[in-house]
Amino acid sequence: MADAFGVYVHWPFCLAKCPYCDFNSHVRHEKPDEARYARAIASELAYLKPRTDAREVTSIFFGGGTPSLMQASTVQSVLDEIAKRWTISSSAEITLEANPTSVEAERFRGYRAAGVNRVSLGVQALDDVSLKNLGRMHSAQEALAAVEVARENFPRISFDLIYARPDQSPQAWREELTKALAFAPEHLSLYQLTIEPGTTFEMLHRAGKLKTPDADTSRALWDVTQELCEARGMPAYEISNHAKAGAESRHNLVYWRYQEYVGVGPGAHGRIGADGARIATSTEKNPERWLSRAETSGHGLIEEEKLSKLEQADEMLVMGLRLAEGIDVARFERLTGVSLNPERVSFLESEGLVERSNDARLRVTASGFPLLDAIVADLAA
Amino acid sequence: MPTPIENIRNFSIVAHIDHGKSTLADRLIQLTGAMDAREMAGKEQVLDNMDIERERGITIKAQTVRLNYKAKNGQNYVLNLIDTPGHVDFAYEVNRSLAACEGSLLVVDASQGVEAQTLANVYQAIDNNHEIVPVLNKIDLPAAEPEKVKAQIEEVIGIDASGAIGISAKTGEGVPDVLEAIVEKLPAPKGDRNAPLKALLVDSWYDAYLGVVVLVRIIDGTMRKNQRIRMMGAHAAYDLDRVGVINPKKTEVDELGPGEIGFFTASIKEVADTRVGDTITDDRKPVDTPLAGFRPAQPVVFCGLFPVDAADFEALRAAMSKLRLNDASFSFEMETSAALGFGFRCGFLGLLHLEIIQERLSREFDLELIATAPSVIYEIRQTDGTVMELHNPVDMPDVVKIAEIYEPWIRATILTPDEYLGSVIKLCQDRRGNQKNLSYVGARAMVEYELPLNEVVFDFYDRLKSISKGYASFDYKMDDRRPGDLVRLSILVNNEPVDALAMLVHRTRAESRGRAMCEKLKELIPPHMFQVPIQAAIGGKVIARETVRALRKDVTAKCYGGDATRKRKLLEKQKEGKKKMRQYGKVDIPQEAFIAALKVDG
Repeated sequence: MADAFGVYVHWPFCLAKCPYCDFNSHVRHEKPDEARYARAIASELAYLKPRTDAREVTSIFFGGGTPSLMQASTVQSVLDEIAKRWTISSSAEITLEANPTSVEAERFRGYRAAGVNRVSLGVQALDDVSLKNLGRMHSAQEALAAVEVARENFPRISFDLIYARPDQSPQAWREELTKALAFAPEHLSLYQLTIEPGTTFEMLHRAGKLKTPDADTSRALWDVTQELCEARGMPAYEISNHAKAGAESRHNLVYWRYQEYVGVGPGAHGRIGADGARIATSTEKNPERWLSRAETSGHGLIEEEKLSKLEQADEMLVMGLRLAEGIDVARFERLTGVSLNPERVSFLESEGLVERSNDARLRVTASGFPLLDAIVADLAA
Repeated sequence: MPTPIENIRNFSIVAHIDHGKSTLADRLIQLTGAMDAREMAGKEQVLDNMDIERERGITIKAQTVRLNYKAKNGQNYVLNLIDTPGHVDFAYEVNRSLAACEGSLLVVDASQGVEAQTLANVYQAIDNNHEIVPVLNKIDLPAAEPEKVKAQIEEVIGIDASGAIGISAKTGEGVPDVLEAIVEKLPAPKGDRNAPLKALLVDSWYDAYLGVVVLVRIIDGTMRKNQRIRMMGAHAAYDLDRVGVINPKKTEVDELGPGEIGFFTASIKEVADTRVGDTITDDRKPVDTPLAGFRPAQPVVFCGLFPVDAADFEALRAAMSKLRLNDASFSFEMETSAALGFGFRCGFLGLLHLEIIQERLSREFDLELIATAPSVIYEIRQTDGTVMELHNPVDMPDVVKIAEIYEPWIRATILTPDEYLGSVIKLCQDRRGNQKNLSYVGARAMVEYELPLNEVVFDFYDRLKSISKGYASFDYKMDDRRPGDLVRLSILVNNEPVDALAMLVHRTRAESRGRAMCEKLKELIPPHMFQVPIQAAIGGKVIARETVRALRKDVTAKCYGGDATRKRKLLEKQKEGKKKMRQYGKVDIPQEAFIAALKVDG
């Protein structure tokens, strides 16, 4: 498990900016020169290679933006560049995020041929009014059709839904999620809508034109989610991610388990170097500036910061406690050089919010998960 | 050459905040050439030295300046101005400063009229047999109504205002007339040069170069360098190192004669060794009887002060020691609190004094503090016949050992426009007051009340100000101690009593106070991962209860590789925030909860 090593490739372009999204995404009138970007990604990989600890890539993730706007040949060339520098494990999970439109579904076969073996589809909602409000460019029907095409092409698929949308009742969500589960996906990402700073939704929210559910409703929606998914044998293995046993996203597990990953492309983040000596990297967010940096100096990194033990410990808590499996306490203590405050732990235990297992892991309980951020803050204090 | 006594005039200025006392003082200093415009330019107001004094427009320490004035009659005069503190907390200091003078300028804003604080101080001046010269300031303002204000002075204060001088301290208009009036209308001091030394200790302060500097008014005899003097109240004798006047630089002189105001230094270690109002005499040739009216400074209000950051404890101790160098009326001793850690139990002359000390600690020493509920001194008569003084509710003995509790009462005078009288009376009644008198001064009501001090220290000023839209004014003097049906109100957070929130209250007031505190705490304690009960109790009996609901949901929906940095930084911020809370048992109580809970009106 400790050898897992992921490569994240950020493709920052979108056809339109969704009003809730605060990711590093950019809308351009002209199609980007994909070959140039791919070459710049290759040089960034070359720069990062000697700085990593791992030798074998166990997962690759094309995220965005909208990576499904890439031509399959571009995906292919990036994968080739990765393969030049590391061994790609024969069982590596190679995921690409895709919009569930008919246009993009047409590219699925090409992606598969390039080596992609998993797609994650941004379905987001199953009713057209909500989709329109979320700024999505597909209808519910089109999205579900794309899910079908994906299933025909890829051994593993996942799709995303956003819930706790304005005016969404627990009952309406129950119906929507039941319908989604009927499509028998083996992996689902179910996100409560969050109003992120700098987004259109935030502006509307501040102006009082967008009402999100109150804490009680939001909690009820959460409870519905857990109930339905568990009944389908898809418990949350992470706060917002549900999977059948064995169908978890291996790449995302790298993040949550606080293992090593490189991030390339505009605005990508990485955590490289061996356990205990981790370096945080990030690259220039603006695509054109990133490109010109990468072309002149071989990489677009704007940050390469050695993390202190305490910072690594904080990150491990923030990431690791999101997982149902929790964190490895011994590894945590090795990283930080200090132990978790036993008083805080036993207090949280007595409140039924965390539990310690006999395999020396600390995990948040089902009743603790909805309060995760408060628990982490308590443990980290 | 000592000034002949008939050419000395000692005066103070009585005025309400903002009526222009300090500006007038500055003008007088300038006109008599004690300081030129260039020297004065750097200072906003010459006599108010502390930032807080300037900001609040109040004088905390008495200040003095000696002015040389050549009058129209061709003679040279020495005018000693003593600027007095203008607040009830410092009523005793005001009284002693006034006792050092023969007359006062009564400065009234011609656009505002007489205010209650003016009244309190002018009555003190009259009690000290002062000749009063009314001065109407701000006559250059369009809203000035000098004739109306003159009539008001005559009606309300009962002195002749026909000769009132109209001035604008701001432009300087009329100020020369004030100097003439001081010479013409105020009496010269009287005193016997050949009698044994008898002097009034007006004030003292710590000077970084000179050590403790003592301000005195010579009544009889003379004071000179190397003389051995005796402080009659403090029972201490000193050899004088320096004798001088303040003009406004400290200038040494050969001697101070009767009627003069000046300073001396000796090997006095701290300001606490000197007591305002004490009588100073010649150690070898002492007078028989000291001056009347001496009273050692007694703190009447106590509270705990704790550093927000426990690491600041030693810094707080050092800061307090430093403040005390210059302020003997402020006392402190170490205290520990389960909720707040290590801190100090401090005694003050009153609430303003408490606020000033707190503010100076935070401003001048950059200390963040939490203050506990102000408490008064209770006298506890125990069943075994012993009597104890209680400064801190935490120290209250078991109720079965208590025979009776005595609490201090005050005599309050409140002046208010008639329209707020009803609310003012209600406030006083709610605070267990007994009305003693009600009369009218002009269009305003003057009501006198007996009130328990513990009701007054608890947010009384602020309430009075708010119910009267700032128009009512308040003055008080300490009265006696009376038995009261007092109980200790405990506040329990998550079933544990929070010592810093305990207080003694009258039984009839306990329930509403308890309820108000629980409500306030409910607002201020953030939701936790569990529900937090908040209770008010007397002994084992819960009299009010609130619950902070448990957090329902607090979880970030999306967190992937690109979010680690942002989430970590957020966590670091949260940790900082948590440091600003007091972890009490399992509950984080924000500092503002300690402060706000003590301001609730119940």
